[in-house]
Amino acid sequence: MFDINDKKRWMYETMVLIREYEDFLAMAYFEDKLPPKIQKGLAFDIGAGPVPGEMHLSAGQEAAAVGVCAHLTKDDSVWGSHRSHHFAIAKGIDLDRMTAEIYGKVTGLCRGKGGHMHLFDPDVHYACTGIVGGGIPHACGAALAAKMRGENTVAIAEFGDGAANEGSFHESLNYAGLWKLPVVFICQDNNYGISVAKSDSTAVESNALSRAAGYNMPGIQIDENDPFAMFEAVGEAVARARRGEGPTLIEMKVFRYYGHFQGDPETYRPKGEIEMLRMQDPIPKTAEKLIAQGIITSEQVNEIAVKAKERVKQAFTFAKESAYPDVSETFKHVFSD
Amino acid sequence: MTTVVEKQRKKAFFQAMIEGVSQEMERDERVFYMGQDVGKMGGVFQSTVGLHQKFGPERIIDTPISETGMMGMALGAAAEGMRPIAELMFVDFMGVCFDQIMNEIAKVHYMSGGAVKQPLVITASMGGGFSDAAQHSQCLHSLFAHVPGLKVVVPSNPHDAKGLMISAIRDDNPVVYLFHKGILGLPIIGFVDADIDNNVPEEPYAIPFGEARIVREGQDVTIIGLSQTVQKSALAAEILAEQGIDAEVLDPRTLVPLDTDAIIKSVAKTGRLIVVDEDYLNYGFTGELSALIAENLDKVKLKSAIKRLGVAGVSIPFSRPLEQTAIPQVDDIVLAAKEVMNASVL
Repeated sequence: MFDINDKKRWMYETMVLIREYEDFLAMAYFEDKLPPKIQKGLAFDIGAGPVPGEMHLSAGQEAAAVGVCAHLTKDDSVWGSHRSHHFAIAKGIDLDRMTAEIYGKVTGLCRGKGGHMHLFDPDVHYACTGIVGGGIPHACGAALAAKMRGENTVAIAEFGDGAANEGSFHESLNYAGLWKLPVVFICQDNNYGISVAKSDSTAVESNALSRAAGYNMPGIQIDENDPFAMFEAVGEAVARARRGEGPTLIEMKVFRYYGHFQGDPETYRPKGEIEMLRMQDPIPKTAEKLIAQGIITSEQVNEIAVKAKERVKQAFTFAKESAYPDVSETFKHVFSD
Repeated sequence: MTTVVEKQRKKAFFQAMIEGVSQEMERDERVFYMGQDVGKMGGVFQSTVGLHQKFGPERIIDTPISETGMMGMALGAAAEGMRPIAELMFVDFMGVCFDQIMNEIAKVHYMSGGAVKQPLVITASMGGGFSDAAQHSQCLHSLFAHVPGLKVVVPSNPHDAKGLMISAIRDDNPVVYLFHKGILGLPIIGFVDADIDNNVPEEPYAIPFGEARIVREGQDVTIIGLSQTVQKSALAAEILAEQGIDAEVLDPRTLVPLDTDAIIKSVAKTGRLIVVDEDYLNYGFTGELSALIAENLDKVKLKSAIKRLGVAGVSIPFSRPLEQTAIPQVDDIVLAAKEVMNASVL
């Protein structure tokens, strides 16, 4: 048995690390992307700077990732989406190599071929994809493999509320419910599919409460952006999956503190929404809870913040100092030899 | 002196293909097969007959009619070390799950910088000729070949059907293996059989990808087909021989990788090329081979313009006479060969 206080400390530390990472990246992303350094006439150049391409940040969704990954072993797999840094970090992906990948460097997890939406780390059984809903059936496949081999591992599909309107979501839930696959579906409701609010895109209020039953699995709705609530729900879901009793769909309300992508003007956001969500930030709330429970001290809260800053700095330094792949690598890795 | 004549072991295409799958499943327990109606029914086109009885429902899996989920599961299972075979009943149905094929399966190895392998086979029936109309008669192999990261295999005869299936299953990459309904040798669909190679040895054998088969040697004109059009080309070559035209028939067997050397060598010898494809004519295999020759005119001296036969910019019609017109037939190949023999270049 694990020590619950250790788990809680780990969850908090990991949330802080994720937030620090995303906030640091949010700034680093804009390096050399703004006038006067860019092409005349442009307000912002997505392709410029050391971190080119689109950037989807997960700040505000940390609680979901740590609440899930606190239950996983290295051999359990996580299948994520375009907005998945939080799960990658919580799953224990190599932070230096993840950052190098985001910088397109040869030391990256994918030698610079994937970028931030396509992070693969088979050592910790983590993968993500840039196609909305695309990764959900992959988790079912990993779960099927585990079931066929009689292994005790579980697979996690983690995605946003927007993905729950994709066919791949519904097909995957049917497969998992039908075959009792050891998979847990984690739907993170950040209230937006890019710019469109959930109420304008989704026929039901809660995927977990309304849709899980249609695929013969329990659905759990968590209305608070709270790592411990997620931890509790996932504990039962993972245990159920490991017992061979099949899948669970868990939906949690989370916040998307940044735009869909960095540089998103977010004209669709109601005025004051971000400020309101920032007031409910789960990180200080979690710290308060842990201090009140005597699990950490306020000095330790500061230490955790400092440690996270140092770790993130180290990862970004590693990435910046790494070399780009040789251009001859462009034509490698199409096939495995 | 005595000559030992090896006894031929004749098998139909579908039997040879199943034997390849069966032997690999016996050899490697990571291999499993999933698809619609592949279990008790044995496949709508008898692609899995007997496998369910032999390997059970855990390894021969009937899936719901949910192709996206199935293809995605093949990816996940392969990434975790299994070797899935996922069957689409008709290749036309890739339309409902092409995202998983094009954006996920084909790209995982490349996007991961080689960190994650995709040892899986996507198999499907293809082709028309029995009035199944526009949504159940296409070939579409060039669509797969267009996407980097997929190997594409289109056997034309029973011998190759088994050997290429075994290679497909043993390959560490995603392989699209397409079988034409009109060469399977089923009792319910008419088929073309020029007896190219119906000998299927019992022991397992692997045929390497990217090695063309010279179906018939000839001096006057090279005819290149794929899958069923190889059979049609072989029949056309027999007719042409009676008329004094010595055709060479070449079967690339795999589109990716493509045996460009064999193609260039053959056309360099004959100086004439006809490409016969049952896939769409525009922007496809016939154009690709024409470009290949055009790019190698320093090695090839053409005696006539290249001729392309394919489904020319139309969907496959239902009505029998229309369908037979849309799809290249033996007579069309014979006519094309006569035309290139009579033509000349500037």
